[in-house]
Amino acid sequence: MADRILVVAEDQEGRLARAAWEAVAAGQSIARAFGAAVVTAVAGANVASLANELAGAEISESLALTSPLLEDYTAEGFTAALAPVIERQRPRFVVFSHTYQTRDFAPRLAARFSKALIGDCLGYRREGDRAIFVRPVFQGKLLADTEPLGDPPCFVSFQAGTFREDSVRRSAQPAPVTAIAASLSSEAIRTHPGERFREAKQTVDLTQADIIVAVGRGIKSPENLELAKKLAEVLNAELGASRPICDSGWLPMDRQIGSSGQTVAPRLYVALGISGAIQHQVGMKGSRTIVAINKDNEAPIFEIATYGIVGDLFEVVPALIEEIKKAKTR
Amino acid sequence: MKIFVCLKQVPARDAALRLNAEANWVRETDLSFEINEPDVYALEEGLRLKEKHGGEVVVATLGPERATQALKEALAKGADRALHLSDPALQNLDAYATARALAAAVQQEKPDLALTGLQADDDGFGQTGVLMAEILDWPHSTIIMEIQAGEKTLKVKRELEGGYFQWIEVPLPAILTIQSGINKPRYATLKGILAAKNKPLQKLSLKDLGLPAEAVSPRQRISKVYVPQKSGRVEFLEGTAREVARSLVEKLRNEARVM
Repeated sequence: MADRILVVAEDQEGRLARAAWEAVAAGQSIARAFGAAVVTAVAGANVASLANELAGAEISESLALTSPLLEDYTAEGFTAALAPVIERQRPRFVVFSHTYQTRDFAPRLAARFSKALIGDCLGYRREGDRAIFVRPVFQGKLLADTEPLGDPPCFVSFQAGTFREDSVRRSAQPAPVTAIAASLSSEAIRTHPGERFREAKQTVDLTQADIIVAVGRGIKSPENLELAKKLAEVLNAELGASRPICDSGWLPMDRQIGSSGQTVAPRLYVALGISGAIQHQVGMKGSRTIVAINKDNEAPIFEIATYGIVGDLFEVVPALIEEIKKAKTR
Repeated sequence: MKIFVCLKQVPARDAALRLNAEANWVRETDLSFEINEPDVYALEEGLRLKEKHGGEVVVATLGPERATQALKEALAKGADRALHLSDPALQNLDAYATARALAAAVQQEKPDLALTGLQADDDGFGQTGVLMAEILDWPHSTIIMEIQAGEKTLKVKRELEGGYFQWIEVPLPAILTIQSGINKPRYATLKGILAAKNKPLQKLSLKDLGLPAEAVSPRQRISKVYVPQKSGRVEFLEGTAREVARSLVEKLRNEARVM
């Protein structure tokens, strides 16, 4: 019997968002490489329509795991719902997108099988019959080839954008959909989640900005923000920041760009002293032109920059302000 | 409230990384180390809970001899006791084995609450706390931005994607992974550093933890570590500050047409 790959698709507010389809694309890719069959699973209180939607992809079966106790996501509920499916299906790989929800429950599910998650992967390759997964380590400064040891299942999650939603193979003939009533007891779910909410309305909408000057740890002290503000002023730009700057209280949280802040795509993004950890990149890599100024030539921000300047921002930025002023009067 | 805080000592954020001879991790000689930044926030949160509700903070780490420095720093900041899981069999473990070892220590200590940072900045596993929760059969919650402690339950604010949050009720004992920025971590005072010298720092072996060797056998293996290949898209501008500024303005006007 061919190997199976179980793809766990995330229900985001009643929809299959990009993360779910990227997980399907990842599962299909691994399935082709290893001659395996893809089974998808989606869990929730009302996920029949999502399971039907998944059945339109080129997969062998779509599972809908339902229970009223899955209405609100909980790590314990999802672990309890998925574990018996894994026991029955005996997949070689269990594939997730590396979302906040995956980070919250997939390790728990893996630990139920005495495993950990090989998380946040940027790719994989087949060597003989072995699978080698590529993960970022040291905040993306290095990559690590990581191999699962021991018996399956192997639990693996892929970083957003590693596989593309539009690369999902569709099938003319929908795959069979199986509804499974998850047997859960309310005592097994000890945490009680409340409603999702946002903090007091964001006062700065960076998503509408045409040009953004963003600062990171390289700015060194709050006094030095003046320099960034001056640059923003001559460029008619909004000021943004990476997470550590807002964590330190140097700029308010509503200036934060990245996975836990705003996602922006301006015409010009100037990154000052930002190393470009993935959490920051996901919030700005759609920018049309990216200028990165950083003293570390290995900084991951240069991976996605259009123009890179390796140097001291305290020398480069004042010169840049002067040149922009000159250019404006020309 | 008895609080167990897991710490990891990792290479300093600005350290220049070089590969070891086997090219399967970084070379540790000449490398400076510090407490993993997210764990600093977890420790601070533990200390604040103790100051507010009374109790004890126990810190624990796995690692070679150098890791005692991280424990001493935590003691100097106000932790009461430290556990160093220092057996040679407990070095360079993968995520599951690390969680097994720490969970065994938690079982012995029987705290009300265990805290970890949300991830280690070196291996980036980001799951030690969650794995421990399953091994201990405790509830957990991740990426926590605020803790309100009650008698038997906590109310915790969990960060979600895209700027959303939610409050979750978690009964004790529980494990939380702490998001950076939840608080402003303190520095150790001179008084704290002196007091730390008299605080207990206990070494624990695999046997002390009551674990068989196979409990910490590897489930995954790093075969190779390397520098990511450059995408080649970036155009580096070189020269003096004035020269690069001039050529950047030129390019923004004429190539990118954004000025």
